Amino acid sequence: MSNAVEGAGSQGPGPSKEQIQTEVGQWLDEHWSVDLSLSAWRTLLVDGGWAAPAWPTEFFGRAFSEEQAAAVSEVFVARGVVGVAQAGPGRLASHTILGHGNSDQKQRYLRSILTGEHAWTQLFSEPGSGSDLAGLTTKAERSGDVWKVNGQKVWNTSAHHADYGLLLARTDWDLPKHQGLSYFLIDMRQPGVEVRPLKQMNGHASFNEVFITDAEILPIDLLGSEGEGWRIAATTLSIERQGFAGDRSGGRARTLVGPIYDEYRDELAIALEPYTWYPQRAGRVDLALPRARQTGAIKDAQVRQELAKLLCMQKGADIAAATAAAAKRSGNNEVVPAGSIGKLAASVIARQASHVHTLASGADAMLAGPASALEGIIAEVLVSVPAISIAGGTDEIQKNIISERVLELPKEPRFDTGPFRDVPRNLADT
Amino acid sequence: MALGFTEDQRAFRDVVARFLADKSTPTAVRELMVTSTGYDAAVWKQLSGEVGLLGTHLPEAFGGFGFGPVEMGIIAEEMGRYLYCGPFFASAVMAGYAVLGAGSEVDKLRLLPGIADGSTIATLVLDNLNSPDQVGQQLGATSAADGYQLSGVASMVVDAQVANLMIVAANTPQGISLFEVDPQAQGVAVEALEVLDPTRKLCSVGFTQTPAQLLGEVGQANLDPLWGLMSTMLAHEMIGGAQALFASTLDYLKLRVQFGRAIGSFQSLKHRAADLLLELELAKAATHEAARVLATGEGDLYAPNMAKAMASDAYINIAKQAIQLRGGIGFTWEEDTHLWFKRAKSSEVFLGTSNWHRERMMQQIEETADV
Repeated sequence: MSNAVEGAGSQGPGPSKEQIQTEVGQWLDEHWSVDLSLSAWRTLLVDGGWAAPAWPTEFFGRAFSEEQAAAVSEVFVARGVVGVAQAGPGRLASHTILGHGNSDQKQRYLRSILTGEHAWTQLFSEPGSGSDLAGLTTKAERSGDVWKVNGQKVWNTSAHHADYGLLLARTDWDLPKHQGLSYFLIDMRQPGVEVRPLKQMNGHASFNEVFITDAEILPIDLLGSEGEGWRIAATTLSIERQGFAGDRSGGRARTLVGPIYDEYRDELAIALEPYTWYPQRAGRVDLALPRARQTGAIKDAQVRQELAKLLCMQKGADIAAATAAAAKRSGNNEVVPAGSIGKLAASVIARQASHVHTLASGADAMLAGPASALEGIIAEVLVSVPAISIAGGTDEIQKNIISERVLELPKEPRFDTGPFRDVPRNLADT
Repeated sequence: MALGFTEDQRAFRDVVARFLADKSTPTAVRELMVTSTGYDAAVWKQLSGEVGLLGTHLPEAFGGFGFGPVEMGIIAEEMGRYLYCGPFFASAVMAGYAVLGAGSEVDKLRLLPGIADGSTIATLVLDNLNSPDQVGQQLGATSAADGYQLSGVASMVVDAQVANLMIVAANTPQGISLFEVDPQAQGVAVEALEVLDPTRKLCSVGFTQTPAQLLGEVGQANLDPLWGLMSTMLAHEMIGGAQALFASTLDYLKLRVQFGRAIGSFQSLKHRAADLLLELELAKAATHEAARVLATGEGDLYAPNMAKAMASDAYINIAKQAIQLRGGIGFTWEEDTHLWFKRAKSSEVFLGTSNWHRERMMQQIEETADV
């Protein structure tokens, strides 16, 4: 991991947990109030240096270690204090900029991410390059004093709220595909950028399509150097894979009383809206047994078998993940990395859960909406599960990764290693 | 108890694995599987003496080493990996756990030290290997002047051909009880059976008014916990075997070249390998979890059922694919894959099929829900 956040943690021991908690406690006594507006409070937080204590001292932080930063969070949680904006894409932006941006970029962008003043989106995937992300064809060309961008992006979470985007675009067509990409910070509020919601088969519209036509980017918004896009994208993707450690539920702040909490809850509702169906996408294994009891399907020997298989897989996956995590902490490398099989396990489990829900519901599974089983949850499971084996890397890509990196089987022959200009592309695109 | 294995446990596994890698080679397995006894007495002696594995799970007071199901599972897993041929499972696991669970202190002092030091080769005589609920329908015991008399037939008994002690589960008017029987006693008939898996010997054992000594209290034999322990150890054996077969199959995929490429570079075969890895890893996790649950008493009561069901399915799937992915050579006698395939098949149905274990698991979930 090359990003500066992790690097910052290794700068000596610094203050103890107790010292930190005393100091932050005193500071909160003086500054925290539920009557502040969200932006006023976060401005205080950033200026006070408590917004992102793990960040470097020159960029709003205190160069705290993970443990030291956790000590701060502990106090915030205990006192019900609202923290910085932590919607997913903003976090990807801040970590990527911290890791690869220059001082000017960090100064210009990081603060407004922390305060929540500016929202971000990720502009990576394209209709013509899903699994093969590095084969993307959105084009950025130098035109006078600016970069001119043309192309289409897809699967852009929260793009309709975004002020800025993390854009991966091709700047050189004569290099092999990974080498011709560059990474830009693009202003989404300009005429050349059009955002349209993308409705999914389950009826939600959690993502967008973004059409980019002669959009402009100033040279100072090229992140890293020209041609470094793929390397920098790896940082963004690795942060994305870590998931959002931040509390998606909003924690205690969800139920506390005061003007700032109202504003915070509104912000959370917007940030979390794209994810409301994610539990259903994972199959709702928790509902399988109660549902089979509710419908009486539990009495059917075949349903019991399928339900038992589901519970076995879930248990196995839980234990395997916990064992791998424990092994990683203790530095034991004998255990198969959980990440590589965990995602595949999640797909298999979700499909089996959907199967069990179907068997348990019988003809009732023909219905949907609030009047249907469990207020529509079962129906949403049935039409959301197909996404889990695609989103964030298809099962097929996961299996390639497992077989090549874990099992060390030989790679397939490739046809895309030469200049990108000559690489075969979708027939529809040519 | 923490997840995963401690450094001591990993070191212990290495010792067991090194011993078996040396003694239980495919060549040795092929030699032993065609003998009538099915084991190497010299290796058995080392196993019990120098390496001291047979009493791993038995308390020190009874001549054992006082470890638990996790360490016993490590041995079983390595034995499965190397396809060990010998009465370890019958004597140490089946009979050892049976006496440990049912015997009085006096019984344990009399019987367990011999099992622990290998001088006794015991087996557990069950008249049904599918389900503990069906045990006791073929073997019955009646009380006689100086103890009990057994009659009936157990149609399949593991390693009875080499046993010098039989622990027998038989029905009595008070319920299922465990008895100690001397195989040399009057009315005992042991007959070797032709088996599908020659690395696991089976005999039929008949009793005709055979004198037997009661272990523990009459009618108090509780076979469910014993079945759980045996199933958990068998699951370890199976994931050991599955890992060995999976590893040798991966080697083959890397070495075998057709159409100008290693066949392991074909995506259809790579993806199958990834699917098998997933199934294997989940079965391994569930199996190790079952040993932890038995060792600590914390966790799902049905963990052994999960383990046996998942290990059975994973092992037989990997065994089938181990043959399929080798093509023609995989179906030959000369190639070793069939040795593991047959062990996978015999383990799949021994002590309950995966369907039976899943049903058992659901019964326990339902029971706890009703409380």
